Amino acid sequence: MDVAFIIETIVKIVVILLIFSALAGFGTYFERKVLAFMQRRLGPMHVGPYGLLQIAADGIKLFTKEDIVPQNVVKPIFKIAPVITAATAFMAAAAIPFWPQFTVMGYTVHPIVADINVGILYVLGVMAIGLYGPLLGGMASANKWSLISAARSAAIFISYEVITGLSLLAPLMMVGSLSLIDINNYQAGGIGNWIVWSQPVAFILFWIAAFAETGRTPFHLVANDHEIIDGFGTEYSGMRWGLFFIGEYANMFFISFVMAIIFLGGFGDGTIAGAIQLILKVAFFFFFFLWTRAAWPDVRPDQLMWLCWKVLMPIAVLNVIVTGIVMMF
Amino acid sequence: MHHEEPFKDRNVSENSAYYYVDIEAYPETGWDKFKQVVKRTFSGELFVGLWVVLREMIKFDIHTVQYPKEKLPIGPRYRAVHKLLRLWESGYERCIGCGLCEKICISDCIRMDTRIDENSRKEVTEYSINLGRCIFCGYCAEVCPELAIVHGPRYENASEQRAHFVIKDDMLTPLDLLKAGEQAEYPGFGAIIPGSDASVKKTPLAY
Repeated sequence: MDVAFIIETIVKIVVILLIFSALAGFGTYFERKVLAFMQRRLGPMHVGPYGLLQIAADGIKLFTKEDIVPQNVVKPIFKIAPVITAATAFMAAAAIPFWPQFTVMGYTVHPIVADINVGILYVLGVMAIGLYGPLLGGMASANKWSLISAARSAAIFISYEVITGLSLLAPLMMVGSLSLIDINNYQAGGIGNWIVWSQPVAFILFWIAAFAETGRTPFHLVANDHEIIDGFGTEYSGMRWGLFFIGEYANMFFISFVMAIIFLGGFGDGTIAGAIQLILKVAFFFFFFLWTRAAWPDVRPDQLMWLCWKVLMPIAVLNVIVTGIVMMF
Repeated sequence: MHHEEPFKDRNVSENSAYYYVDIEAYPETGWDKFKQVVKRTFSGELFVGLWVVLREMIKFDIHTVQYPKEKLPIGPRYRAVHKLLRLWESGYERCIGCGLCEKICISDCIRMDTRIDENSRKEVTEYSINLGRCIFCGYCAEVCPELAIVHGPRYENASEQRAHFVIKDDMLTPLDLLKAGEQAEYPGFGAIIPGSDASVKKTPLAY
């Protein structure tokens, strides 16, 4: 292991951290604007031109707010829970190829921190550890709303891990590799080779599960404002709450990347056009997260469990079986 | 005989705009529930919702009023902070110091001082309204025989001192604005109804 490799990896890590922390901020801006336009409002308009500096204002507010640790909370766990959410979200990014490899001044850059051969397994596994952020934060908060939220998030995340795992099984059987780069190269032939055409059911299932994994609107019940205030985030303030927030938005971006790479061909053959296509696909998935928030109602926890165990899981299992039978003959 | 007030359905009739919303019967058996789920899943209701919000985004028909920059028009009878008006021709104050507003004010917040000036005309030396007490009922404007005290259109009455609103010089139309023809006539309480000239009848003298 030479020094150049270590320096390169550290640079990549820093770049990914900075870009996606900033994107989390821009994500909130886009979310506010898109939601506002869909509801015939203007959204943020006063800070900077068209409200663009609202991100900076929010950041300054979060950084300078008093860090309140309430009296009856379990202090070490309360303090570490937001770090778990943000850290696991960014750790998941290690195995995601964000861009095809390119050459800068004769030096070939692979925009992936670690191309490990169990890439997608690692990504899903680390995202699953992200459960401990809401769970521990909610349980340590000494607040009944947080406790309800912790219980809900445990139920939802664990249930929908089953859906993500089972729905990805069928495409992985076809590709024969867990590395996201191998999955991408499997679809390099063009739009006809995308796995979404051969595995539409798996695509829909994974997309639905992605909403549960990120806790976005149809399945937003871990932090439903109108019933449990901010759920696990109720007792948090300042940058601790901000870490939960960055974790949530980073998760949205990363799961969008995963969906685009596994089902929609990723960056294709690795040309510049393919790279731009990947960005557009990710942008669409991110936009869809915001779009559904404007359009769809939330479901109840029991409906969510019903959907998971009685509808999605049988379909996912059937999909795996049918794929296996088709591949065998 | 016992009479029962028809509280129920009293607005629902053939001609009324009210009507009952169709509510489907709740599913009883498992098969009915399954049919309902299938219907709701494949009828595309979710996509209708997506389309509606996307349509509104594309139409970009924004209804936001950016308040400090834009203001909505207020109704002519809106009762905001008071104004004292001047006579159009001479520029004298309309107020004749009759004291009716002081008398009728139900929250007792109007106070005026008067004197007889050199021309034997009653002059109002002090006129103040305690806006901390005023309930903006409009009685003063309604009772005023000269249309002198009126409710102006200024509804932004936040200030460091409430007293800032009740200085007579602030309520009174400045002379230069009057000469520029910028004194707005007041159409609200106590104002003359449009076309009221036609309804004036001569006092009958012969019985």
